[in-house]
Amino acid sequence: MNTVIFRTAAPYIAALMVIFSIFVLLRGHNEPGGGFIGGLMGASAFAIYGIACGVSSVRRALYLHPMTWSAIGLFLGAAAGVMSVFFGVPFLTGLWAPPEIFGIEVELSSILLFDIGVYLVVLGAITSIALALEEREED
Amino acid sequence: MDSYVDISEAMVVEPISLVDWLIVVPVAVPLLFGALLLVFRKAPQTQAIGAVIGLSLVFAAEIGLLMRVLAEGPFSLTMGGWLPPFGISLVADALGVTLALTATLVALVCALYGVRDIDASGRRYGFYTFLMLLMAGVGGAFLTGDVFNLYVWFEVFLISAFGLIVLGSEARQLDGAVKYAVLNLIATTLFLIGTGLIYGSFGTLSMADIARKAPEVREVAPLATIAVIYFIAFGMKAAAFPLHFWLPASYHTPRIVVAALFGGILTKIGVYALLRTLMMLFPPERDMISDLIGWVAVATMMFGVIGALAQSDIRRLLGWIVVSGIGVMLAGLALGSQTGLSGTVLYAIHSMLVMTALYILAGVMRGLGSSYNLHEAGGLYRSHPALAAIALILVLAAAGLPPASGLWPKVYLVKASLDEGVWWLALGILASGLLTTLALGRVFALAFWRSRPEGVAALEAPVGQPVAGYALLGILLIPILGIGLYPEPVIQLTDMAAQGLLEPSGFIEAVFPEEAAVPDVPAGEVETEEVAE
Repeated sequence: MNTVIFRTAAPYIAALMVIFSIFVLLRGHNEPGGGFIGGLMGASAFAIYGIACGVSSVRRALYLHPMTWSAIGLFLGAAAGVMSVFFGVPFLTGLWAPPEIFGIEVELSSILLFDIGVYLVVLGAITSIALALEEREED
Repeated sequence: MDSYVDISEAMVVEPISLVDWLIVVPVAVPLLFGALLLVFRKAPQTQAIGAVIGLSLVFAAEIGLLMRVLAEGPFSLTMGGWLPPFGISLVADALGVTLALTATLVALVCALYGVRDIDASGRRYGFYTFLMLLMAGVGGAFLTGDVFNLYVWFEVFLISAFGLIVLGSEARQLDGAVKYAVLNLIATTLFLIGTGLIYGSFGTLSMADIARKAPEVREVAPLATIAVIYFIAFGMKAAAFPLHFWLPASYHTPRIVVAALFGGILTKIGVYALLRTLMMLFPPERDMISDLIGWVAVATMMFGVIGALAQSDIRRLLGWIVVSGIGVMLAGLALGSQTGLSGTVLYAIHSMLVMTALYILAGVMRGLGSSYNLHEAGGLYRSHPALAAIALILVLAAAGLPPASGLWPKVYLVKASLDEGVWWLALGILASGLLTTLALGRVFALAFWRSRPEGVAALEAPVGQPVAGYALLGILLIPILGIGLYPEPVIQLTDMAAQGLLEPSGFIEAVFPEEAAVPDVPAGEVETEEVAE
């Protein structure tokens, strides 16, 4: 796996995959896609980066431990549900705050927050497993 | 303007009071705290504090829930505001809330015991995170009003349980975890198959909806098949004979506080699910297999307690006692009468408290330099008389003797069996009680009464009294003795729980408040009404 071509291309491929995973995450609101599949794509991006450039550089790139990312995701998901307590509606009810930015309505919602939570949980958990396996191979 | 959408046809529009939110706390708070503890896992000193705060919040909320259920009967909150049966409800009734409250008390005691028992590396590996996520699953399982969500919550606490059981990564823990995981996953798969059949037959997964539709669907749907599949699946999870072998094979491997948590809580969720599905959803099908359930109950009691008699390791012995208790709980399910069910629920409460206390007792004994192996134990009565007194009460409780909590559920169950004329069930309960007395009496006699065996190092001087251990056992002893000496309030509660199972109208009305007034309105009619507006 240490060919020059792969090592040169991997950062670009990984970056594209992460961007695409975020696109799939945001698209998932009304169309096929969403946090789960987006998270899987993001995780595979980090897995490829890890295969090419080593696990330690992925850990540096992620800044926080992947498990911490998934914990943050879990917290966001739960918090997105709990937010509705302030609006007199049941747990997990969708809340909407669509501000207009440059004339385009941006649909900010607690549902999006929940989806981002799912994205981070999946990303963190799968990356954590992938990195552990890759580390095992390096020994 | 473009088309009017009458949102009240699809969603709950009345504002929700904060009191309704109490029902979300047992699910949401452990998840939030679990996530926070995972973020801060590198700071071991925060872990126990966070877990205790989180579980205390849950405990307080569940007391509030219990008060409300006692005052107003069952109530529900439907997630996302969608109207049931499409929205998924959490339902609090006497059965679910009582068991959830007891489970949280037990978990709180385990969290406190973990302060001493779980070292920094155990915390870094996520003992408290797993504990919180486990409790989210447990709370969700006891409070959900949806069969598929029951499955999901089972998965949540099972996966956390896998994490807890391998904490420490010893070879024998992995061995225990594999047995535990494989057999539980088979049971889970069966559960899922049954749930698929329910959805195919009813077109709904809401328990209240299933309960009210069952009489119409009974002619055409394979309800007996579903009931039997559920009996096998939950029986396996509850460790009922002949599918109980995973429990004694795995419960002695994790750390003692994890075993306390599992022995106290997890199998009772299987019993709870059996009560909820077989009693509330499919009572005629349960009647069909009630003899089978009765024989399974007797076999579980007897095999469990005979297994316990054969063991010389305290933890393995307690695992078998847990199995035997499951048999006693199944007896009430086999009878299906008000008294029998009340006895089962009371026994479940008693068993959660007593089994956890017994495991923690074993941990405290070990901490004093005694051994889990009965051949090497002894001399504790001389060095720690207070611990011996606590142990004696717990032995009496587990055996079903006064003055502790084990007496009343067995009285109820024996009375219920005799009322129904099922003498062999009553005989089984009494015989298993006698043998439990022998099995645990043996522990007491060997570990406490006799002096230290030859060739085993003496115990440390009696100065080292485990005050923290005494305090935690004391917390559990309060309800154990309370139920034993003044059982009326709790029996009232379990009577209410049993009543709710036999007569689920309260449960159904909690989810469908308009049930009495409006029958099912076909979707087509709803739309014409909107056009008229």
